[in-house]
Amino acid sequence: MAEAAGAAEAAGAGEAAEPGVRRGRVVEGVRAYGLIAGMWIRSTMAYRTSFALTTFGNFAMTALDFVAILLMFSRVDALGGYSLAEVAFLYGLSGVSFGLADLSIGSMERLGRRVRDGTLDTLLVRPAPVLAQVAADRFALRRLGRVVQGLLVLGYALTVVDIDWTAAKLLLMPVTLVSGAGIFAAVFVAAAAFQFVAQDASEVSNAFTYGGTTMLQYPPTVFALDLVRGATFVVPLAFVNWLPASYVLGRPYPLDLPGWVAFTPPLAAAACCALAGLAWRAGLRSYRSTGN
Amino acid sequence: MTDTAGTSETADRAEPGAGAEASAAVDAVAAFIELDGVEKVFDVRKKTGFLKRERRRVRAVDGLSFTVSRGEMVGYIGPNGAGKSTTIKMLTGILTPSGGRLRVAGIDPSRERTRLAHRIGVVFGQRTTLWWDLPLIDSYRLMHRMYRIPDARYRENLDRCVELLQLRDLLDVPVRQLSLGQRMRGDIAAALLHDPEVLYLDEPTIGLDVVSKAKVRGFLRDLNAERGTTVLLTTHDLQDIEQLCSRVMVIDHGRLMYDGPLAGLHEAGESERTLVVDLERELPPIEAPEPARVVRVEGPRQWLAFPASASAAGLVARIAAEYPLVDLSVREPDIESVIAKMYAERAGA
Repeated sequence: MAEAAGAAEAAGAGEAAEPGVRRGRVVEGVRAYGLIAGMWIRSTMAYRTSFALTTFGNFAMTALDFVAILLMFSRVDALGGYSLAEVAFLYGLSGVSFGLADLSIGSMERLGRRVRDGTLDTLLVRPAPVLAQVAADRFALRRLGRVVQGLLVLGYALTVVDIDWTAAKLLLMPVTLVSGAGIFAAVFVAAAAFQFVAQDASEVSNAFTYGGTTMLQYPPTVFALDLVRGATFVVPLAFVNWLPASYVLGRPYPLDLPGWVAFTPPLAAAACCALAGLAWRAGLRSYRSTGN
Repeated sequence: MTDTAGTSETADRAEPGAGAEASAAVDAVAAFIELDGVEKVFDVRKKTGFLKRERRRVRAVDGLSFTVSRGEMVGYIGPNGAGKSTTIKMLTGILTPSGGRLRVAGIDPSRERTRLAHRIGVVFGQRTTLWWDLPLIDSYRLMHRMYRIPDARYRENLDRCVELLQLRDLLDVPVRQLSLGQRMRGDIAAALLHDPEVLYLDEPTIGLDVVSKAKVRGFLRDLNAERGTTVLLTTHDLQDIEQLCSRVMVIDHGRLMYDGPLAGLHEAGESERTLVVDLERELPPIEAPEPARVVRVEGPRQWLAFPASASAAGLVARIAAEYPLVDLSVREPDIESVIAKMYAERAGA
């Protein structure tokens, strides 16, 4: 339904647009995103040393995360029944997914600030979708550090973990990473949409994004069942890695879900993105009707 | 056609629109900006205690109706909180009106924000849209691509702005190193590269020195005269209006209080300038020639009010001849005082 409404609006805008500028909103958005992100990259490159240092810092900070897990395993052999290699597998999947979402639209958490100081208005007078402009705002290439760290851990896990590989499991890997990034991206967008209403709610969004990725670094078996239920059915973070990883590792999921659920992350991601899109539109509409 | 015969000629030049849009296109030419009973109501929530909030409805714009023709240069003034910014935000599509009808170039701004964006330029006086850490030219290149400005057109417009706004030596300077006046000129150029038909300026001369103000005003005057760009500007500086606008709209409490030439506003408000003189020592109030009069004395400093239309020269000469004058300055009337006088006179009438 959301997509239908979006398409209708896009068609309306397309018809109205000047000849030669009849393009879909998605294409326009991606293009604007690329242009603005490019500007931010160049801005960053004005201070190369600072960029190098912050990228390394970003890498080191997230690396420390994993060091904490290594330290834990120096005292125990398993965590919730999962070995170090298996936890590293969960960690890598979650880290890469989150890293990709954080890299591409993580700066959206600054929306509240823009609403408060009125600079959001300068984006609203440009001929590009606001979501794309806000998503690209302060694009920070240093966040690649997190993606790289996630990839390294995932690579390590894949070399040491004992998986009975099948075609389905192989295919599931990239699908899971992309879907996971989509789910986290949806959380970022929804949280930003909420900031139209409550401008200093970025901490709430952090609880779901940074908090979410930290939770997913550990096996679902170490958490209370209610938390696992919440992460599966309410904010479906479990689809980022827990569910597909349970299948790949050949472990039972704590909630006794049917096996095919492991292949539903794309559906969960699509549903999340659709809902986040609706939330964003509602938020933007409320901003445009109330101002700041 | 319900329009007068005079507009039919211009109507023919309107862009070929869809059949259904034809009448709208005619309106767009006759009245480029058109507001009819536009309202904007906000729900303001005020914190009255811990977790306790009071809701209050505020009519920021209250049944505003006016039209602006293509090529007009209009000053839009009023006290803080009068509804100026809200109006500009509705005209640019940032805010959705709560009621009434609003059209800019035949477009409903809130419904077709991005389409309108190609046809308008906006300069927010205190919020730069330029890229802080990058050379000025980089911001212009972004505009070039974001607005899909044809290459030749972009170069022509850029050259023109660079020349007239004296930006040549600034193009390669990071924006953060520009002075306020240079940045304002940079911002104005950025708003004009895509050939907007209307330019909105929110306090374009705020905080600028005299030389920068003169440059900005000169440029806007030429832009309007040569390109026929419609200009709508909000300002607190009465000189902006005096030197630029043939028409002034005064808004207060969301309603149009005055719409006409500046001269009429002066009449309505009979504004006064103030001559501040520093004497060698404390003296009784200066016996100034009519209609000037002393309005305030503070030690050796005295304030004299005289009509804005009169020259200060005679008055200064007279005082210099008869009193031990040390220093003096002339203060122009500000918009607030003109409007305040206007109200006072209305209340008296």
